[in-house]
Amino acid sequence: MSVVAKKALGVGLAVAIVGVLIGLYVANFATSFPTPVASINSPVAGGGSNLTLETVAAVGSKFSPAHPAWVSYLAKSKGKWVHTTIFQVPAYSVIHVTIYQFDSPTGLRNPFLSQVQGTVGGTATLDGKTFRSIPAEEASHTFAVPELGVFVPLAGVPEEAKNPCEEAPCLPSVNDHRTITFSFRTGRKGRFRWQCFVPCGAGYLSGNGGPMQTLGYMDGFIDVV
Amino acid sequence: MSEPNHARRFATLWIVSTIIALPIVLLWVGPLLGPPEGSVQAGDQATTMTVMALIATPVLLLVVLFLIYATIFFRQAPGAVLEGPAVRGDARIQTTWIIVTSLMVLSIAIYGSVELVGGNGVGSGSGPTPLTSPSGHKVRVQVIGQQWAWTYRWPEYGGVETPHLVLPVNENIELNVTSLDVIHSLWIYQLGVKADANPDVNNIAYVKPTHEQTFEVRCAELCGIWHGAMFDHGKVVSDAAFQKWIAAMQVKFAPATKALPPFSLTYLPEPTRRGG
Repeated sequence: MSVVAKKALGVGLAVAIVGVLIGLYVANFATSFPTPVASINSPVAGGGSNLTLETVAAVGSKFSPAHPAWVSYLAKSKGKWVHTTIFQVPAYSVIHVTIYQFDSPTGLRNPFLSQVQGTVGGTATLDGKTFRSIPAEEASHTFAVPELGVFVPLAGVPEEAKNPCEEAPCLPSVNDHRTITFSFRTGRKGRFRWQCFVPCGAGYLSGNGGPMQTLGYMDGFIDVV
Repeated sequence: MSEPNHARRFATLWIVSTIIALPIVLLWVGPLLGPPEGSVQAGDQATTMTVMALIATPVLLLVVLFLIYATIFFRQAPGAVLEGPAVRGDARIQTTWIIVTSLMVLSIAIYGSVELVGGNGVGSGSGPTPLTSPSGHKVRVQVIGQQWAWTYRWPEYGGVETPHLVLPVNENIELNVTSLDVIHSLWIYQLGVKADANPDVNNIAYVKPTHEQTFEVRCAELCGIWHGAMFDHGKVVSDAAFQKWIAAMQVKFAPATKALPPFSLTYLPEPTRRGG
């Protein structure tokens, strides 16, 4: 084999190896999702499943070394808080959601979403009291599944709270928080995206970037299985 | 063997091909080009697309057939080493060419401009001050884009906002398209509507649905991670059904309507408490 042919072969092999590595990286990036968390069977009368979540102002380096300051949802799984936004719930069932809300208000850009929609009875509870809507400026986040017609505004912890949570995991027994509960019905099996409609991406243009644009923080999927 | 009259032979080939192709374009290709005729404007768009295709067909055939003809009949003979004879300008051909192409381009420009204005901006939106608008009563609906959903506000019905779009048939609809955050684009293919949704801009488009139907609402501007999810189905219904639906929406969304700011043509993208 001539010197030129050897060089050409070497360059070709190097390009092929780099190409394969790039392909593997892209494939890994495109197919990697946060670990799903399954709702657990509800002990309450009437059945259904429980899904327990919390929203935090900063996810912290323990859960997200790359973006510790980002706002995020977390889910409770087997008694522990885990950083995921993919939730598994059973089809044709009632899902009882409890959200511990530790973040302060940002305000809804569209006050239309301050009304509870798509839940059982068209209501939710805030710290034990039933409500149909909240003042738009008091919203810290929303839990919204547009395809299922579910929109629930989450009121924020007042700015003057004495013991706010700095970063996750935040503990309801320790930190000031709001507790929001509601139930919604699932239908057919499928994957449905959910998101927060409050522009809560601190430090990004108009609050729209960062955690609002990245799967695993303020949006995710509900897998109806 | 004498050289055939290429000009006459090619002209015959072109004319015959055009006569065959035009009915095919008119009856078969044309209807595939435009949107389904879900509205007066969509019908106009479909007609425009067909007319443009009919005008373009002879030109396309002229170019393609000449390429094929030249490849077959004007190719260099095997073994030939001489260059072909120099081709000098022909004033008659050049004058004809300039006149014909100018007429075609001008006619397309005039026809296109008339259709653009006459279409009431439904294909792109007319901005806040449309040059023309349909006469008579118009049902006004504000289309609000936000990451990542469309909502619709109805100033003539108490300013109620709805998560879905239902329109009355055979009514002129005035779409006031805007955005609360980034640039979106309202796209309703079946009704021939595509209008940019820009923050702090009221982009007006008019549409008149011609029959009861369902249609798809999409975003046609890459607007973030869930751009592809800005999708919904809308309906065109009878006037009676529309009145019943909007009345039900007014009751259902009464709490949200109380929370809404007064109706405005645009809304500044507030709050930006956490914006950088």
